[in-house]
Order: sequence, then C-alpha cells, then structure tokens
Amino acid sequence: MITDFREARARLAGKRRSSADKLVGLPEAAALVHDGDVIGVGGCLYSRTPMAALFEILRGSPRDLTLARSLTCYEAELFLVRGAVSTIVTSWMGIGIPWGISKILRHYVEGGSAAYQEWSHLGMGLRFQAAAMGLPYLPTTSMLGSDLVRVNDVRVADDPFTGQPLCLVPALYPDVALIHVHRADPGGDSQISGYPFMDREIAAAAQTVIVTAEEIVSPDEIARTADATVIPGFLVDAVVQVPFGAFPHECYGRYEADFAHFDTYVQAAEQGPEGVERYLAEHLDAPGTFAGFLEQMGQDVLRAQTEKAARLVGG
Amino acid sequence: MRADTAVRWSGQEAMTVATSRLLEDHRVVFAGVGVPLLASVLAQQLHAPNLTVVLEGGIVDPRMEPGLLPISTNEMRAAHGARMLTGIVDVFHYAQRGAFDYGVVGAAQVDTFGNVNTSVIGDYEAPRVRLPGSGGANDIVSSCRDIIIVTKHERRRFVERVDFVTSPGFLDGGQSREDAGLVFARPVAVITDLARLGFDAMTRRMTVEALQPEVTLADVRDATGFDLLVPDEGVPTLPPPTDEELDVLRNLEHPPAETSAPTTGRELQP
Repeated sequence: MITDFREARARLAGKRRSSADKLVGLPEAAALVHDGDVIGVGGCLYSRTPMAALFEILRGSPRDLTLARSLTCYEAELFLVRGAVSTIVTSWMGIGIPWGISKILRHYVEGGSAAYQEWSHLGMGLRFQAAAMGLPYLPTTSMLGSDLVRVNDVRVADDPFTGQPLCLVPALYPDVALIHVHRADPGGDSQISGYPFMDREIAAAAQTVIVTAEEIVSPDEIARTADATVIPGFLVDAVVQVPFGAFPHECYGRYEADFAHFDTYVQAAEQGPEGVERYLAEHLDAPGTFAGFLEQMGQDVLRAQTEKAARLVGG
Repeated sequence: MRADTAVRWSGQEAMTVATSRLLEDHRVVFAGVGVPLLASVLAQQLHAPNLTVVLEGGIVDPRMEPGLLPISTNEMRAAHGARMLTGIVDVFHYAQRGAFDYGVVGAAQVDTFGNVNTSVIGDYEAPRVRLPGSGGANDIVSSCRDIIIVTKHERRRFVERVDFVTSPGFLDGGQSREDAGLVFARPVAVITDLARLGFDAMTRRMTVEALQPEVTLADVRDATGFDLLVPDEGVPTLPPPTDEELDVLRNLEHPPAETSAPTTGRELQP
C-alpha cells in the first residue's frame, strides 16, 4: 500500500508506458494482482462491475487484499467468504433495499474479522481524484461535523484564505485498478458509454491498470470518437476482451442487471458464509472460467438482459 | 390512528405526497431512490414541471418509466431519458458549488437535532449492527441548501441521540452545525407517515409542524423516542393526498397493464 504521494509518483514515473498491444487473457491480467494489494474497483454498485476480472482474481486465492470502491455490491462478499480481503473501503455496501442489509457484511464486520472503512461517496471520489492529480489530499465541505471525520484518517483544517473549516481527505493510490469498459483498443485507450462513475479517477490513481472491455476495436475506430475516450492507453497495463464482463451486473446500454440472479445469490447469502461457499462452488469453481459462468447463465438470459438494456436507453 | 382496513392511501404515499409538496418549481433536487425520487417525480408531474432531478450516479434530469422505477441511483432505469450523464465527483461538486436547492435523504435513525445515522447501531469499531453506510447522504446533507429527511415514524428510529452521526443535522443544536463549517445547507423538514416536523430556530430541536391526515399528536409522541417541541398555537393537519396525486403516484409504481412497459416482474419499491 502506498501512502505517500511522492512514492506514488516515483513508482508510476518509473514504469514502462507503451502504446503497444496489451491484449492478454484473464489469467495473465489477474496475475498482476498480489497479496496485500489495494484494489480500486471500477463501476458503481451493480453497474459496470469488473466481474470477470474479480472472478479470475478470486480463483487465484489471494490474501489480505483491500477492496476500495464507491458503492460496494455483493462481489466483495465473495472475497470476504474466501478469506481474500481484510479491508473494505467504501461509502456503502449492499445490493439494494429489496434485498435487505447484507448478512455477510454483518457477519464479518460485526465479528471483527474484516475491517470496514466508511467514507462519504464524494469522500471516496476525492480520495481517488487526489491520487489522480498526484496530490496528497483534497479539501471538501463534506463529512465536516460528522462522525466519519472522527473514525477516518482525515484532517479538519481552516482554509488559509477565508478561515473556514474544511475537511482534507487523503489520496488513495490503489496498487491495481480494475475497470470494465465498453470499448478499448489493444493499446488500452478506453471508452465508456453512459455514466463514467469514478473510473477515470481510479485509473489515473492506480499504479497498475487492468481494463476489461466488451469489445476490442481498432485504434482508428477509437480515434473517430476520441472525445469518448476516458482512459488513455499509456495508463493501462493489460487489456482483456470480455463480452458480458460485468454480468450479472449491468453494462450501460448493453445489458441490464440480472435481478433474478441477485435473488439467487441472496437466498444463498441468507444461509451465511456457508451458503455463499455453495454459491461459489456452483458459479465460480464449477464453471472454471468466466466464459463457463456465462454459459451457465444461458444465452436466453443474456439475450433478454440485452433487450431490456436496448429498450431502456432507447437503442 | 386510522384503521388499516379503511385507509385510502398508504403511509408511504402520505410521506411521498407531503415531500413532493415541499418541492417548488424552477429548482433542482438531489434525490435518493425510493420515496425521495417518487416525491420529486410527482412534483414534476403536478406543480413543478421545471424542477430538475439529479441522482448521485451522475444522472441529470431523468424521466422515469412507469413500472420501471430504479432500485439504485446507478442503473439504466434511473438514467432513462436523462439529459446528462456525468461522473460522481462532478455531480457532488455541483452540490458543493451551491447548484442544488433540495437534498432528500432517508434515515435508519434520526435524532432530535436531525442528525442521521445509516452506519452502525452500537459502537463503530465493534458494531451491534453494521448498516450499509453513508453512500451520498453525508455529501447531500452537507451541501444541498434545504435538506428534507424522509423516514417511517418509529420509536426505534426517532432517538434522542443517534449512535453515529453519518449525515450531520444540527449536531448538538444551536450554532454547532455552522461552527463545524456547514454554513450553506441545513435540515428544513422531516417527513414521516405521521407528521411533518421542523426545527426550532434557536435550539434546533425537532418540532411538530403538521400532522398527517387522521393522525393525532399522541400518535406522533408515541412513535418518537424523545420529547418533541410543539408550538403553543397548536399543530395543523396536512391536507390529505388528492386523487390526482395518488393517481400519478400509483401509475408510476404500477401502471395499468395495457400501458405498462415490460418489467422483470419485481416489485421495485420497499
């Protein structure tokens, strides 16, 4: 984990930054993650979650990871149950009101076996943005007066110009960023359709960036819509082509989240960690690959979710 | 309290209607999903056609599809018909900049000074119940001009002092919110299924301003875990939801079958 912006800069500046082809398979990309790493997870809640990358990383039985994400969905529960994550840094964790409060989060955090560091939503964004700017912190009026200031490593300091109190949130420099995008070229130039969440910031904040993409397109095609590029190739270390790479979460305009699958997951999670283990045995271990998991979900489901997305974005 | 067998509207509908009536035309509202979003859309469709709704997923001015209400503020149903999709940091910076008139949030616990807890029941380090957390609520109540808190009125929710201040209200009352640096935004209303509440101008303690129809002051006191201030002149009763308000609301949640968009068959509202 990097805590000093000078060290973060030196590490990034010392890296090779090539525009060459970085296309790899999921196993090669997942090998860039090491035990103890801080992982910045792109997307938000059940939208554009880099699920294929997360599944592949989990298959490698990592240890002592920190997962940092704006709003965290049940993907982090899979890591908790497998003993892969020691700390979750987020502003909110769950799926949504219909599915209730996460039993798994409660089990691990109330039991003291995992740390849960809660920030405000903007607080998370500013932590990534400060890192993306190469700075040690950014000021905000969020979190002032709240207990989030008491429990987190922030400073309240007076603005040197007006004397007003401001909350200074420390930069968060992830070791690895996982970002799922709509289109990328082999060099890593990446485009997102719809809401970009904090992905631009997370990619620039991280030391190593893994992009999974629904589609790999040519650099010429990226160039034709260069204004839609949100991550430049020089920041990217690995590019993996993974259609439905966020499934069963949504990818804007491509497929809607599979709420019925959330029901299946939550039914398992209601049984506690053992239930999630059974879910993982069936949906992570048995299929062996993410393609195998998608096959398990079935073409009919993928097609139905694709049609729903097209209708919702008027496509 | 009204008998359940005779209700013409639900507690949630009464909350939604009372919230929507606070939202004026030509304003911008930062809303969460559920009642806050429903209230905003209801206002837009009735008295506030120029009200802009912003959602924390970076979604500006969406148009909800009846029957396809979003479960989160970060999904295509929430973005349907939006005129801008931008980053999360951007949208909260519009709030911090001062562009948002209203912020509407829910609460697991709320106290006499309007402080909201959505983090933990018990101690933060060793919680009895770990709740999901702030999400954008802390940012919304720190930055949007008028804060409206919407929650079901229950004794376990209305506590003298929240276990954890996730989203600051008037903190310890008096000037303490301003002293902490929160000078641009303040809680103006707490809307429940039983009442509309506000805050005393000096002490900043919660005050009963109006009762929901068919609710008594005793009902409100019974459902509150602290002493509420009551104005000497008494407490009026809110006008009941109109047929028009209920029609719009019910059509949003459950459009008639012949006009409904295809759904997943899932109930989207809690």
